[in-house]
Amino acid sequence: MQHVGAEPPDPPALRHTADRSRRIALDQCAAAPNADASRMPPAPALLTRDGLDALLAALHADGFRVLGPTVQDGAIIYDDVVRVADLPVGWTDRQDGGSYRLERRDDTAVFGHTVGPYAWKRFLHPPLLRLWRAEPGADGVEIATDAHAAQPMAFLGVRACELQAIAIQDKVFLHGPFVDPHYKARRQGLFIVAVNCGQAGGTCFCASMQAGPKAEAGFDLALTELADGFLVEAGTARGAVLLDRLPHRPASEEEQQQAAAIVAATAAQMGRHIPDAAALPALLLGNLDHPRWDAVAQRCLSCGNCTQVCPTCFCTNVTDTTDLTGATDRTRRWDSCFAVDFSYIHGGAVRPAPRSRYRQWMTHKLASWVAQFGTSGCTGCGRCVTWCPVGIDITEEVAAIRAAPAPAAAAPAAPQSPP
Amino acid sequence: MPRAARKPKLAVWKFASCDGCQLSLLDCEDELLAVAGNIDIAYFPEATRTVLRGPYDVSLVEGSITTAHDAHRLHQVRRQSRRLITIGACATAGGIQALRNFHDVEEFTRQVYAHPDYISTLKTATPISAHVPVDFELRGCPVDKGQLLEVLTAFLHGRPAHVPTHGVCMECKQRGAVCVLVTGAAACLGPVTQAGCGALCPAYGRGCFGCFGPKETPNPVSLAPRLAARGLTPRDLQRLYRSFNAASEPFRQEGDRHGG
Ligand code: SF4
Ligand code: SF4
Ligand code: SF4
Repeated sequence: MQHVGAEPPDPPALRHTADRSRRIALDQCAAAPNADASRMPPAPALLTRDGLDALLAALHADGFRVLGPTVQDGAIIYDDVVRVADLPVGWTDRQDGGSYRLERRDDTAVFGHTVGPYAWKRFLHPPLLRLWRAEPGADGVEIATDAHAAQPMAFLGVRACELQAIAIQDKVFLHGPFVDPHYKARRQGLFIVAVNCGQAGGTCFCASMQAGPKAEAGFDLALTELADGFLVEAGTARGAVLLDRLPHRPASEEEQQQAAAIVAATAAQMGRHIPDAAALPALLLGNLDHPRWDAVAQRCLSCGNCTQVCPTCFCTNVTDTTDLTGATDRTRRWDSCFAVDFSYIHGGAVRPAPRSRYRQWMTHKLASWVAQFGTSGCTGCGRCVTWCPVGIDITEEVAAIRAAPAPAAAAPAAPQSPP
Repeated sequence: MPRAARKPKLAVWKFASCDGCQLSLLDCEDELLAVAGNIDIAYFPEATRTVLRGPYDVSLVEGSITTAHDAHRLHQVRRQSRRLITIGACATAGGIQALRNFHDVEEFTRQVYAHPDYISTLKTATPISAHVPVDFELRGCPVDKGQLLEVLTAFLHGRPAHVPTHGVCMECKQRGAVCVLVTGAAACLGPVTQAGCGALCPAYGRGCFGCFGPKETPNPVSLAPRLAARGLTPRDLQRLYRSFNAASEPFRQEGDRHGG
């Protein structure tokens, strides 16, 4: 890896630890509730590449459906993985606004790429779910559901921004007044193997959002890829137990320093920035009539791609359909505030103009989410920037509003923006 | 003695079209029996020689209006139909034959036919809704059979049909395809095209051809530089928009914007 042994730079974005507490605490999002510090190994371990195969085999042996990065259709896609050879060995990606290219690396790094289009949300909060089906039966109406996941899942290669995204969706689906049973069924028992990023992508800004690049909480195991192996930290007791079953040795002092240097170099390498993210709610909600919304609406396709790829966007639409056999299906599907019907109420849509739809999206992510859930709705993963067909860049939009804000004191007292 | 509930009568009409949309109904295979069990297929020459007299509860109309005779026939169809649903790009937007709208049809007939004076045709191909009131327009070239069943069922059950008007991108992301515009694999009209096909082409690495016509609030002007950056000339751009839905207003305007 190119940064091994580099002088650990001073990561500028991490230096001003603006409201570090917004990062969701470990106890809220730990992958397993049975954390037991006394059983954790005293120091990080070193796992060889064969050891990574052993990790995959052990997860399969424990009955997990193991999902990890794979190369598909010109992108890194999370899918079923069995062995290390299924992973994007020797691949990396180059990302910019509206642009994504896979490229060969000049080494055989396994995790030498950043995040692809699809977040883990796909598996925890599936895009399409039949909630139930009602059919005429012998004793009246029979209701069946196939919405619950059968097999526990293990995610391999979860980045820091994605841990944060999962923690945010935990808040939305598990820790509010309404628990989503489908999310809960998939989330329970989930085993998370995190990876500390060895490089930042062109659209990454997790450091600005206090969400990365180091995995700090919410994992069972966390890997840092070194030149000839992986530094492994256990985050939970079951992570430590699994690590014990794998061929490993204690990591040397030097290897630990290497790992720290890699993460520090990544933090200094972010492709994008949003300075002072804590100030965004007041900034954006105080500028709801800023001319920039008109400018971005000229460019925005209202295609909704940004919401679909965003790892924290959670909106769905539920429809009941009848068929000619007399059966009824209730189906839940990802929705987006960019669709006109999303805000349809009697008499018409509340947000008919793309301007108000873009503004809803961006103010929800960066501003009203804070009032609603106590965190930002953005982890700085950069997906919405990369996968916007016309390259609209949330960091650029923030900067434009910040450069010429409305006269002060325009900020409303209480943000009100239901999703 | 109480009369048995009468099954609704369905008629399927064809105007200028390729029959592909009607075939989507026959293509329903398993579901076709359920359809046939719930309705009387009263007029459907593609499927049966039986002809029941009108009026009809539901008429499916395929094709666009390209002759004075067809325009007259369409009014007769409308008069006999309680509900009239148009199916496919021809019926909802004029279809590929609406390319004539951009040129001189008499010139075409002179080029193609030995005796152009035998040809009696209108200068334009126009959607059904340009001639008679339409109860529902189902887009697509051809229509999606799932959507067709949904619309038929909705009409039979007296409920609204779930046919979203948002773009193809939503279906593309929901099926887990990789955006061909962003990876540079293809020029794609998905961001300005209405959903319905399930993002079929992008899922196979092809760009969307715009079969389902413009989506709600389309913004082709913003997409244009993106497509041009892939090496598409103004003429290519015009051709991209001048296909099955060339005469639908947002696509017509965008095609016109790119001379060639
Ligand atoms: S708003 Fe954009 S950068 Fe932030 S989490 Fe969502 S997709 Fe990632
Ligand atoms: S309302 Fe919020 S959570 Fe829902 S799609 Fe829009 S930005 Fe995402
Ligand atoms: S910001 Fe980009 S991805 Fe999001 S709706 Fe607009 S054009 Fe689509």
